[in-house]
Amino acid sequence: MSVREAEARPAGREPRAAGEVARRTPSRRLGRNRRTAGSWWIPWLFLAPALILFLYFKFIPMAQAISMSVQEVRPYLGNLWVGTANYSEILSSEGFRSATWNTIVLAVGQTAGSMLLGFVLALLVEGQTRKLTFIRSAAFLPVVVPIAVVAELWRIMYHPTADGLLNQVLGLIGLGPSGFINDPDTSLASIVVTGIWRGAPYDMMIFLAGLAGIDRGLYEAAVVDGASTKQRILHVTLPGLRPVFAILFILAAVRGFRAFTEVFLLTNGGPNGSTEVLMTLIYKLGFEQNRLGIASAGAVLLFLATLVLTVCVQMLRRRRVA
Amino acid sequence: MSAATETALGLTESKSPAARVARTVIYAGLFVVFAGPLLALLVSSFNHVSDPTQLSVIPKSPTLENFKIAFDHGVLKYLLNSFFVVGFGLLLQVAVSVLAGYALARKIFPGMTLVMVAILATMMLPEEILALPLTLVLADVPLLHLNLMGTLAGMIVPLGAWAFSILVMTEFMKDVPRELEEAARIDGAGEFRIFGQIILPLCKPALGVIGVFGFTMIWDQYLLPLLVATNSDSYTLPLALRTLRIDPVVTPGVVMAASLLALLPSVTVFLFFQRSFARGLTAGALKG
Repeated sequence: MSVREAEARPAGREPRAAGEVARRTPSRRLGRNRRTAGSWWIPWLFLAPALILFLYFKFIPMAQAISMSVQEVRPYLGNLWVGTANYSEILSSEGFRSATWNTIVLAVGQTAGSMLLGFVLALLVEGQTRKLTFIRSAAFLPVVVPIAVVAELWRIMYHPTADGLLNQVLGLIGLGPSGFINDPDTSLASIVVTGIWRGAPYDMMIFLAGLAGIDRGLYEAAVVDGASTKQRILHVTLPGLRPVFAILFILAAVRGFRAFTEVFLLTNGGPNGSTEVLMTLIYKLGFEQNRLGIASAGAVLLFLATLVLTVCVQMLRRRRVA
Repeated sequence: MSAATETALGLTESKSPAARVARTVIYAGLFVVFAGPLLALLVSSFNHVSDPTQLSVIPKSPTLENFKIAFDHGVLKYLLNSFFVVGFGLLLQVAVSVLAGYALARKIFPGMTLVMVAILATMMLPEEILALPLTLVLADVPLLHLNLMGTLAGMIVPLGAWAFSILVMTEFMKDVPRELEEAARIDGAGEFRIFGQIILPLCKPALGVIGVFGFTMIWDQYLLPLLVATNSDSYTLPLALRTLRIDPVVTPGVVMAASLLALLPSVTVFLFFQRSFARGLTAGALKG
């Protein structure tokens, strides 16, 4: 429903139309609002709770993180300005570098795996039958299960002896037994697999929404032109899903960057630091060793990384569209 | 044209026996991979597990003993804590978002763009990254000088600042026809009346979306409760799972029983409100 349609509609005739979530340009919708006069403070009254809470729990903490990152935090003694010393210390530390590398591996693995599997799943379960609705709901369950439960469940499934659940499955195809999260060689990959198990169904749902938006006429045209299914997917479906890919990429990559709970519960960074990621490192620096300045510097760097990633992908997207 | 054009793959439309077999195999495989581990969790929580390494896939000797042991370890208290946090947290989040959405969608005022940008910008701020300084704010709330660490209130109040819900409410309220509001105004309705009796009742679908999403988000929270809960009295159920697992006398069956209690609320909400869920998922992701 566009703005003009809404205006042309007689008052109150179809209040339900409000239910449609429409995409419009912001500038067009503002014009009409001017007619409602009223005291200047009314909008601020409605906004006050949000503004206070955002100030207290988003903006002040962010400012505090930045300010602590350039200070040596000394409780009761007063903080000491150290400039970029925290940054240079953390950037030159071996632990930070390996945690950065692990975080990148985790983020790339989870992003690629979830998107690829999510796309395949979406193709497989697209359709309107009742059976498919059931399968879709079942496949989506991992997304709504609390991450702490997912981690505890997989921890047991990853039991390193031959009678662990997943090792029994590996045994069926003649492999195993693997140490999974207990073996430094497979620990990070195991966390990636758990992440994909939870991330792929989410991506699947978004892809399904994207698939529903593809013009069926294009499929018919492809059939008329004698295109194979493979060609149809490559040349009709994939280009149609391009914006979905861009958004899922940002969401999944940021999800990978900020990964904490599953790592904390499955391995807590071990064995031998093989799964230490930035968030678990920051947690240990800040809360276990109480080195707030260094931990804040790490958090600010991680935030900058997610920001740069988001902005880059958005810019690439704009350029391609233009 | 007999060729399938309803879906990208055309898998569901083919009637050949081979396609039918392929479909069944694929669907069964999907079910086993994604729902199977959860079924193992369900079965294990009701099974008497003597082997500390194992999940049970096949139900045998069903028992409620796991739940009894879990309750002996205070799981009921943690579950109540979780419900307390999700109840009040969601109430606060929805109330704040509805009020802010009304101002942003139905009013025009100087500084509006700035407010909108500031709120949206926080969506790029992963809460994990903010967790550390957030605990310092909670330990000594500016101006009020309250210490909320170690309290459930400390987990609840930060939930009020949730940009996604404000965004959804704002977008939705913009689509309520202006004429409804004007008619009410001519009839002498005040600002709060218009908000409460005209706009809000029309926003039920959006309330469903932010309610369902807010619930699953709050229920899933881990890091902030972990930092705020300085003693086990204020643990939520997800936090308690780790303590249970570390306890040497507790078997995996007990951990799974507690896990089942921890996943049931959010899974139930999802199953009952699937439509709100799907709507919010696409609204949130595709609007980005």
